[in-house]
Amino acid sequence: MRAVRLTVTAATTVAALCALPACTAKSDAKDGDAIQVTAADAKCETSAKSVPAGQVTLKIENKGAKATEVEILFPDDRIVSEKENIGPGTKYTLTAEVKAGSYEIACRPGMKGRGVRQKLDVTGSGAVAKRDPRLDKAVADYREYAQEQADATVPLAKTFADAVKAGDLDAAKKAYAPSRVGWERTEPVAESFGDIDPKTDTRADGLEKGQKWTGWHRLEKALWQDKKIGAEDKTLADQLVTDLTDWQKRVGKAAITPTSMANGAKELLDEVATGKVTGEEDRYSHTDLSDFKGNVEGAEKAYELLKPVAAKNDPALATELDKQFAALDKMLDTYKSGTGATDFVSYDKVTKDQRKELSDAVNALAEPLSKLAAAVVK
Amino acid sequence: MTENQGGGSPSRRALIGWGGAGLALGAAAAGGAVAAARAGDDVQPAGAEVGAAVEFHGGHQAGIATPVQDRLHFAAFDVKTDDRDEFVQMLKDWTAAARRMTAGKPVGEGAYGGLAEAPPDDTGEALGLKPSRLTLTIGFGPSFFERFGLSGKRPEALADLPPFPGDNLDRTRTGGDLCIQACADDPQVAVHAIRNLARIGFGKVAIRWSQLGFGKTSSTTPDAQTPRNLMGFKDGTRNIAGTETGRLEKFVWAGEEDGAGKTRWMTGGSYLVARRIRMNIETWDRTSLQEQEDVFGRDKKEGAPVGRAKEHDAPFLKAMKPDAHVRLAHPDANGGITILRRGYSFTDGTDGLGRLDAGLFFLAYMRDVREGFIPLQRKLSASDALNEYIQHVGSAVFAVPPGVRDQDDWWGSTLFSKEA
Repeated sequence: MRAVRLTVTAATTVAALCALPACTAKSDAKDGDAIQVTAADAKCETSAKSVPAGQVTLKIENKGAKATEVEILFPDDRIVSEKENIGPGTKYTLTAEVKAGSYEIACRPGMKGRGVRQKLDVTGSGAVAKRDPRLDKAVADYREYAQEQADATVPLAKTFADAVKAGDLDAAKKAYAPSRVGWERTEPVAESFGDIDPKTDTRADGLEKGQKWTGWHRLEKALWQDKKIGAEDKTLADQLVTDLTDWQKRVGKAAITPTSMANGAKELLDEVATGKVTGEEDRYSHTDLSDFKGNVEGAEKAYELLKPVAAKNDPALATELDKQFAALDKMLDTYKSGTGATDFVSYDKVTKDQRKELSDAVNALAEPLSKLAAAVVK
Repeated sequence: MTENQGGGSPSRRALIGWGGAGLALGAAAAGGAVAAARAGDDVQPAGAEVGAAVEFHGGHQAGIATPVQDRLHFAAFDVKTDDRDEFVQMLKDWTAAARRMTAGKPVGEGAYGGLAEAPPDDTGEALGLKPSRLTLTIGFGPSFFERFGLSGKRPEALADLPPFPGDNLDRTRTGGDLCIQACADDPQVAVHAIRNLARIGFGKVAIRWSQLGFGKTSSTTPDAQTPRNLMGFKDGTRNIAGTETGRLEKFVWAGEEDGAGKTRWMTGGSYLVARRIRMNIETWDRTSLQEQEDVFGRDKKEGAPVGRAKEHDAPFLKAMKPDAHVRLAHPDANGGITILRRGYSFTDGTDGLGRLDAGLFFLAYMRDVREGFIPLQRKLSASDALNEYIQHVGSAVFAVPPGVRDQDDWWGSTLFSKEA
C-alpha cells in the first residue's frame, strides 16, 4: 500500500467535472425538458437522445420485476451520475450537470452487468476535446476489469473473514492470499479513493499517529505471528469485508484515463519493487509472491488494453514490453508451488540471489513501462 | 568536441574552450560555449580546471591517463540479455549518453520540458553543474567473453586473478561482466552518470555492485604531491604520469603485437584491476608512529622514503625493513614492474560493530595483468607488513577497450566488428 503518490484521482462530485464555462450556466433544463426513462428487466427506453448541456434531469420509472440502477456514463464508462436500488414499480428523479459530448444512459436490472444502454448526445458550446475511441474503449474495458476484480474479491474476503470468525486458524491462513489477488491486480484504482487503502492494506510501519491498525496485515500478524485469533480479530474481519464492499461500490466512479492506466501499470511494478521484492509486504505470511503475481497481472492487463494505440505510436516499446512481461511471468512461474493461482513458494525460502534476479527483472520491465504513458498520448 | 545534437537542450558546460584548461578543444566547443552563454548559463572565466570538460573521443579512453579527478563512482554490471544486437544497441546508447554527459549535457531530451505524463530522459541532479572533468571508462570482465560467442576474443592478458593469501572476498563485491568507471571533480556528476547509464541499461544489464570513492590516493600529474590514503600516508609516489608517453606505451597501453593478432581489438586499450581493500582503521590508529613508518618505509610528514628528504627522492630500499610496503612494491624490487594507479579512499559508514567501513578502492591499469598486478600482489600478500592492517574484500578485472574515435564510433566497436 502507498498513500502518497496517486495517479488516479477520484472524481468525488459531479460538480467537479463541470469546469468549462458552458457548464456553469444553470437550469436551462425546465421540467418539460426532462428525459423520461422507462426501465424494465430487458429494456431501457429514453424519451430523448439529445439534450442541451447543463442540468440534465432523468425521470425514471422502473416497470420491471427487479430492482434496477440507472446511470449516466462517460464514453469510457465512468459514471457521471447514478441512482442505485430503484425498486420495481417505483419512480426516481435524477439530476446531473453534464458538459457537451457523447454519453450513454444505462439501466442495470438487478444492478449487475453492463445493463441496457441508450445513447445520449449533450449539445452546446464548451467543446469537448477530441477523443480517441480506441482509448475510450481501453478505459471502459479497464473499468470493467477493475469492477470484476472487486466483485470477485468480496466473496473471497468473506470466506477469509468467516474462517477468522470461526476461529479456524488453518482455514484463515489458506484464505488469506486468495482474498488479496483482485485487490493487488487493481491497487492504483483502490488507492485513488484515498480512504479505503489505509483501512484495508496498511502495514504496521505505515500507520499514521493515532491511526487504528485494521485490515489484512493486522489479521496476517494475528494468524502467523501471534498464532491466535482474538475477539477483536473477529470484529476486524467483518470490518475488512465492509471496507472492501465500499471499494466494490466505488470502482465505477474512479477517474480513469489512458495515462492513469499506463502510469497505474508502472505503479503496480513500483509496488513490487519497493514492497514485495524486499519481503516487507507479507512479512508474517511470506505470501509476497502471490501479491507480486497479482501486481504483474494487473499491469499486464492495463498494458494489453492500451497496446493497440501504444504499439502503433511506438512499436519498439511494445516489442520490449511484450518481451519483458513474458520474461517476468516466466521467472515467476518457476516459483509456483502448486496449480492454484496463489500457490507460490514462501518468500522466506527465496534466497538473496533469487531476490536480486527478481529485482533485476522488475527493473527491466518497469523502466520501459514508465514510457507507456508517453506512447499513449503521442 | 563536435557534439551538437539535441540543439535546444541546456548545457551544463559553462565555459570550456577558452581560458585554456590545457585541453584539446575544437572550434565547435567554443561555439557550444557561446550558445550556452546565450542560453543564460552562468558564465565564468574559465581556467577553473575543475569545471572543464575532458575530451571524450580519442585513441585511448579518457579516465586512465587523464589527471586523476577528486571523486569516483565505479559500477560493475552483469549482462542480462542473450541478444547480441540488443546489447550492441545498448553500447551505442551508452556511448551517446556518455558523449553528452562528459560534455556537461543532459541525457537525451533532458530533464524537463518533455511530456508531462512521462519520466524525463535525464534524471536532472547534474543540471547547473559544470562538466567537472567527468570521464566515463568502460571495461569487459572475463565472464563477458562467455557471452555472444566472444570466447575467442578474450585476451590472455585478461587473466583471472588467483586466490591470494589473506583475501576475504565478498561475492557481492566481486567480478562483473562489465564495468563503468566514472571519475569527476564533483561527486554528484559522477553519481548522475552511473545512475543514468544504469537506467538506460535496465533489461540488458543490471548493476552487480558499485563503489563510491572520495579522496584520490594517487596522482597521474608529475609535479603534484601524492595525496594521502586513509592511513595518513603517501603511497605510490612513482606512479606513471599521464604525460609520460614512453612509460604509458610500455606499461599501460595494449599494443597491436600483444596477443599475436588475436586480440588486435584491444590495441590502444588497457587492463584494469579493481580491489576493495578494507583497512582496520581503529587498529592502525593505535599503532605507534614508528611502527606505522616502518610498515610503509616512509616518514609520515613528508612521505620521503627511509633515509631520504623528499617524497619523490629515489628510495634506498635496503634501508627499509624487509617487509616494508614500499620495499616490496617498488619496481626496482620487481624487475621493473610498473602499474598506473588511480585508487580512491572510500568509506561506507560503519560496519555494525562500530568500526569504520573504510579503506582503499584500488584501481590500477596495466598492459598485461599477468605481468602487472599478479606478480606484485603475490609478493605483497605473502610478506607485506601492511597485511596486518588491511584485507582485500572485493576484486575484479576488466579489459578496457581503446577509445571511441569519433562521433560515429561507440564503446566496444572493435570487439564486436567482424575484422577485429
